[in-house]
Amino acid sequence: MADYQNIFTQVQVQGQPEWGMNDNGRMMEERIGRPGFSKLFGWFGNAQLGPIYLGWTGMISLGAGGLWFFIVGLNMLSQVDWSISEMLRQLFWLALEPPSPEYGLRMPPLNDGGWYIISSFFLLVAVCTWWLRSYLLAQEQKMGKHVAWAFASAIWLFLVLGLFRPILMGSWSEAVPYGIFPHLDWTTAFSIRYGNLYYNPFHCLSIVFLYGSVLLFAMHGATILAVTRFGGDRELEQIFDRGTASERAALFWRWTMGFNATMEGIHRWAWWFAVLTPITGGIGILLTGTVVDNWFIWAQEHNFAPMYDGSYGYEAYGTYEGFIGEGN
Amino acid sequence: MFSWFTEWNKRHPVDVYRPAILVGVVGGGVLVATMLVALGQPFATKSMQTGPRGTGMSVPEFVADLAQPDPTIDDYYSDSPYPPEGGEALAGDVYQNVQVLGALTEDNFNRLMLAITMWVSPDQGCAYCHGDGDLETYSEDNLYTKTVSRRMLQMTQNINENWDGHVNANKVVGVTCYTCHRGQNVPSGIWFQSTPTVTNMAGWSANQNYVTPVSQYTSLPSDALESYLAEYGNIKVHDLESRVAGIPGQDDYPGIQNAERTFSLMNYFANSLGVNCNFCHNSRAFYDTAQITPQWATATLGIAMVQELNEEYLVPLQEVYPPERLGPLHADAPKAACNTCHKGYQQPMQGLNVIENYPELATSGEPVYE
Repeated sequence: MADYQNIFTQVQVQGQPEWGMNDNGRMMEERIGRPGFSKLFGWFGNAQLGPIYLGWTGMISLGAGGLWFFIVGLNMLSQVDWSISEMLRQLFWLALEPPSPEYGLRMPPLNDGGWYIISSFFLLVAVCTWWLRSYLLAQEQKMGKHVAWAFASAIWLFLVLGLFRPILMGSWSEAVPYGIFPHLDWTTAFSIRYGNLYYNPFHCLSIVFLYGSVLLFAMHGATILAVTRFGGDRELEQIFDRGTASERAALFWRWTMGFNATMEGIHRWAWWFAVLTPITGGIGILLTGTVVDNWFIWAQEHNFAPMYDGSYGYEAYGTYEGFIGEGN
Repeated sequence: MFSWFTEWNKRHPVDVYRPAILVGVVGGGVLVATMLVALGQPFATKSMQTGPRGTGMSVPEFVADLAQPDPTIDDYYSDSPYPPEGGEALAGDVYQNVQVLGALTEDNFNRLMLAITMWVSPDQGCAYCHGDGDLETYSEDNLYTKTVSRRMLQMTQNINENWDGHVNANKVVGVTCYTCHRGQNVPSGIWFQSTPTVTNMAGWSANQNYVTPVSQYTSLPSDALESYLAEYGNIKVHDLESRVAGIPGQDDYPGIQNAERTFSLMNYFANSLGVNCNFCHNSRAFYDTAQITPQWATATLGIAMVQELNEEYLVPLQEVYPPERLGPLHADAPKAACNTCHKGYQQPMQGLNVIENYPELATSGEPVYE
C-alpha cells in the first residue's frame, strides 16, 4: 500500500512545476532555469528541481567563488607541471599555501602566497555576498533572518581563521592552506604549536556545542520520524492544529526524561547549539597566539591540568624483551 | 518431471525469504561468536605501558606482528675472534695500504674482512671493494666502494666509541656494518634532499604538499630531515610560558609551518622505530620535560649522533660516489637517520648484541679481546 513519508518518500508527486509567488508581478524576473523533476532527488527531498533565484548577489557570489576555485585549482595544476593525471594522483596532497612568514602582512610574490591572498579576497567576496543573498531572500519572503545569522556564525569562524587572527598575529602565514590534507596538517600543527588546544576552554565549549548539536539533531530527527505516521512531519500545521502527533512526541520525552521541548523550542535549542559551535570555536582560535601561547601551561596556571603520579618509561612497567616475547 | 512440485508450490504459497534472512543473520552471528570464542580475536594487540596510569601512555602492537622476529636477525653473520697471544703478524705488516685496521693480527683482520663481506656484499664477495684482480692488487684504492668502506669503518668505530649513550642506552649491543647494511650493498632507510617538492612555487609553498618518502607519504614538509639532521635547525616550537609575544617567522617565534616541519620529523621518528608519540612523550604536553620517558633522552642523543654522522662522514663522501649512488634531485650524498639502523624496530635487530664478537669495531684504538 502506498504511503507518504518525509525522508524516504515512497510516493512522488509530480505534475505542473511549482513556480512560487509573484505578488507584485516583478518577482519572476530573477528566477531562472526551467523547473523539472528528478526521481532520484525525490527519494531524498522534493522531486522538483528549480527554478533558482540568482539576483545580483548570487551572480557575484558564484563568480567570485568560481574565481577562488579556479585560482586554487590552477595553482595546484601548475605545481605538477600542468599534468592532469599527476594532479589527480596528488589531489589530496596539493595545496595553495598562505605566504611564508617573512612577508608578514605585506603582499608576497605570486608563487609564495600571492595567489593565496588574491584567491582569499575572492572567497571573502563570495561568502559575504552569499550571506547577503540569504538575508535578502528571507526578507523578500517576510521570513525571520535566522538562516542568515546562523550562516554568519560560520562566517565568523572563517574570518577569524583567515583574516582577524592573521592580522592580530602580524602575518598572513598563520592562515589556513587551501588543500585537503594540508588544512588538516594546519589543524594538527596549530594545536601542537600552541601547547594543546584541548586545554583551551573555548575549544571545550565548541566541542560541547558540536556534540550537543549532534545529540539534539538525533533526538529531534528520531522524534519527528517516529510520529510521521500521525502526520508529525507536517510541523507547521501541528503547531497550530495541535494534532496528536506532536503531543505524543512531547509526552514521549516527558515520560522518558521528565522534561520536554516544545515544537518551537526544540528548534531554538538546535539553532543555538549549532550557532554557538563556530562562535565559541572562533573565540578560542582568536585567543590562541594572541592572548595565550601555550594552553597547557595556561591550564596548569589555572589549576585544571592534573598531574599524574608514576614513572615515565616502559622500564617501570616491563622490559622490551618481555614485550617482544623474548626472555622475561 | 517436477511439475507436481511446481504445482504444489503454487497452491501453497509460503514466504521463505523472511525466515531465510532471519536464520541466515542469526546463524551467521552465532558462527562468528563461536569462532571468536574458539579461535580468539584475530587482531589481538599487546600494549607496552610507557607512562603513569591515567595518562593513557602505551605503545600497542599486533600480537601477530610481535610473534614474528626481525627476519634479518637470523641472517647475521658472526664469528668469534682470535685473542692475540703475542708474536702474531700484524695486518699492517703483512698487507699494504691498511690504514684503519693495520694494528690487528692477520687472522683477526681476515676474520673481519670476511664478516664485512657477509654483511655488505655477500653476493659480490671481496671483489665488491677489491676488484676482480689477484690478491696482490687488493691494496689498490681503485674502487669507490673501498674508499667509502674505509670511511665507514671509522664511522662505525666512532659510533661505538663516542655514542655509547645512544647505542648502548639499554644494554651493550653496539653497531657493525650489518646494523645498517643487512646484507645489502646500499643500506635501506637512507635519504636524500627532496625539496623543492613542487615546481613553480617558492618558500614554504615549495617544500611540502607532495608525496615523498621523507615526508612519510604525508603532505607535511619534506625538508624535515634536511633541516634538522643535516643542518642544525631548532626542532622545538613551543613557548615555555603561557604568553609569549612575537610575530611568526620573526624574533625566533615559530610559526605554524615550523610546527608542521617538526611534526614531519616526529612522524619519521615514530615510523622508523615502530612506535607512537607516547614512546617518548606524554602527548598532552609534548614539550614538557617533566612528562617525558627516558627514551626521549636516548632519542635526543640519537639526533645529535645522526647530525654528526651526516656532517662528518656521509656528506663529505659526495665526491667519491658515482652518479647512480647520488640523490635524484640534487646529486647529494646518501644520508643516514633513525630508519637507517632501526628499520621499524624500537632497537635495531630487536636488541641483538652485534658488537660482542667484533671488538675491532668497538674502538678506534687497541681492540680489547676477552
